[in-house]
Amino acid sequence: MIKLSNLVASYTTARGQVNAVDGVNLQIPSEYIVGIAGESGCGKTTLIRVIYGDMSPPLSLEKGEVRYGFCDANGTEVTSDNIGDYWSKRISYIPQSSMSSLNPVTRIRKQFTDFLDYDKGRAELLDEVRAYVKNLDLPPEAIDAYPHELSGGMRQRILVAMATFFQPDILLADEPTTALDVVVQKGILLMLKRLQEQMQNTIILVSHDMGVHYQIAQKMLIMYAAKVVEFGDTREVFEAPLHPYTRFMIESLPTIGDDRVRQSVRGRPPSLWEDLKGCRFAPRCPMATERCRSEEPALREYRPGQFVACHYVERSLQ
Amino acid sequence: MMETILKTDSLNKVYRLGGLIHRARIDALDDVNLDIKSDQPIIIGLVGESGSGKTTFAKVILHLVEPTSGRVIVYDRLVAGKGDKPTGQELLHTVQPIFQDPYAAFSSYQTVNSYLERTAMRVNQLSRTEAVDAVEEALTSVGLKYEDVRGKYPNQFSGGELQRASVARALIPRPKMVIADEPVSMIDASLRMSVINLFLTLKQEYKTSFLYITHDLTIAYYVCDYITILYRGAIFESGPAKAVLTDPQHPYTKLLLESVPRTNRKWDHKQIALSDIETKEYQFEGCKFYNRCPIAADICVHDRPAPVKKEDGRVVYCHFV
Repeated sequence: MIKLSNLVASYTTARGQVNAVDGVNLQIPSEYIVGIAGESGCGKTTLIRVIYGDMSPPLSLEKGEVRYGFCDANGTEVTSDNIGDYWSKRISYIPQSSMSSLNPVTRIRKQFTDFLDYDKGRAELLDEVRAYVKNLDLPPEAIDAYPHELSGGMRQRILVAMATFFQPDILLADEPTTALDVVVQKGILLMLKRLQEQMQNTIILVSHDMGVHYQIAQKMLIMYAAKVVEFGDTREVFEAPLHPYTRFMIESLPTIGDDRVRQSVRGRPPSLWEDLKGCRFAPRCPMATERCRSEEPALREYRPGQFVACHYVERSLQ
Repeated sequence: MMETILKTDSLNKVYRLGGLIHRARIDALDDVNLDIKSDQPIIIGLVGESGSGKTTFAKVILHLVEPTSGRVIVYDRLVAGKGDKPTGQELLHTVQPIFQDPYAAFSSYQTVNSYLERTAMRVNQLSRTEAVDAVEEALTSVGLKYEDVRGKYPNQFSGGELQRASVARALIPRPKMVIADEPVSMIDASLRMSVINLFLTLKQEYKTSFLYITHDLTIAYYVCDYITILYRGAIFESGPAKAVLTDPQHPYTKLLLESVPRTNRKWDHKQIALSDIETKEYQFEGCKFYNRCPIAADICVHDRPAPVKKEDGRVVYCHFV
């Protein structure tokens, strides 16, 4: 279980401070693939960075903490303060762009040994790495290549191999297949799913593509304007969404074989620079009342395992 | 009356990469033959993965790249290739582009309305007051109000609004066809459909055809009347969009449709043949897909498949249709 309590993370810019994650309270159950969806700028990537503990400027954690559900050598639970000590062993990260994450002038195997914190001989480690990449449908000699000698899909598999080599408890992936073609994307996502089944760990996956979530995520977290508005089983979120924003977003997705007209949600997402009061979706919500505009709805468990932040769930379900 | 909306005759574009020793030849467009006729404006989808030649095709039509050989005809006007081409002015009234990133399409130092007005003055040779009227009309047609746009810089708009303004810019010269290269991939999911629905409205009301370039098959299904599937510069399947996307005939189209992350059907867990020799595939003598195709035979290695015409109006380039 990953516990996010009252997280507020902000970026310091020349214009001032802006909260990209603003009061997130949630318990993410272990051993699931959890998808995070939402529009650009809603705080998806920031939330992932906070969970990873990557708090380098201009990002800072203003309030709250993350508890990861495992303990350090002294038996105290690891929190966002000391998660950095467990990078790559217990928590790791798959970045979006393989071309900008791998060093173009050194061979992959060198990057593996530089990157991994290991306590055995180099040759022995490389043998293990070769065996491991073979398991990910890569030729073992791929690690002897330079990044540019591999295709985009192979490079992305290398990043997955680096991130999962130590079988971490938590694997974070930020748009891991966005730059890839659909055929390659399918291969990599199914591989991630297979790895999760083998390792029995938690994968938190950010994607703007709802189709990706539908295919591999078991739980879904929907963000809107720096807040979590819905969390629950993927199937429930798609078939019976509780929050009006989730419902509008799912209804607007075009589908092959379905000729119905799709509509966008009216209006636009708020700017996080504004002084935001009440429910942040209220200006676009057809059911909003005075209460929505003045009082912020808390995230509450509406059905077992399904959470929503809306004052009028019953009304919006009708 | 049936008109030729888009026709290409043996269109080729070859890029040469590298130096003297490691010289690579990329056939970004390899003998592309299309002949799309319709009695009303249509949206033609050009679909393919990265490196399929989609953007090269758009650049050839927009005169940004000269084809190596072959010709392109849009509404009976030759727009690219050797022959009697229209003047630059006429060309601007034939094809107009919309780009992927609306923030990059506008100058950040100029207000959006002054940019649009200058376009109207220069391209349509209008006076300033006439230009304001033309801009007002174009903005209304894309669902924006002139008063809301006046005096604003690009960063004061949302992605969806600015993309609408760039559609308005493309409409000012009243082109016969708008070339839209991935026009909604940078726009937020909740605003995306409003831009896509705008294309459908403009097709009806402005009588403008679109060449819609995308890698997203679900959007192509929603918006396109006709679709062309490209792979490594060659056409594989081309025909009415709904027919091609619900009942694909080419093995590659089938593979693409099986790989799309849909929201109504889960993936099967079949093993997929991946390509690891991308640059070489451009030079395959036979079918460019033979190394990944589940039904490939000897003939596929050596002979380029000839187009097979089907009853529903589609053309499939495969030996085993």
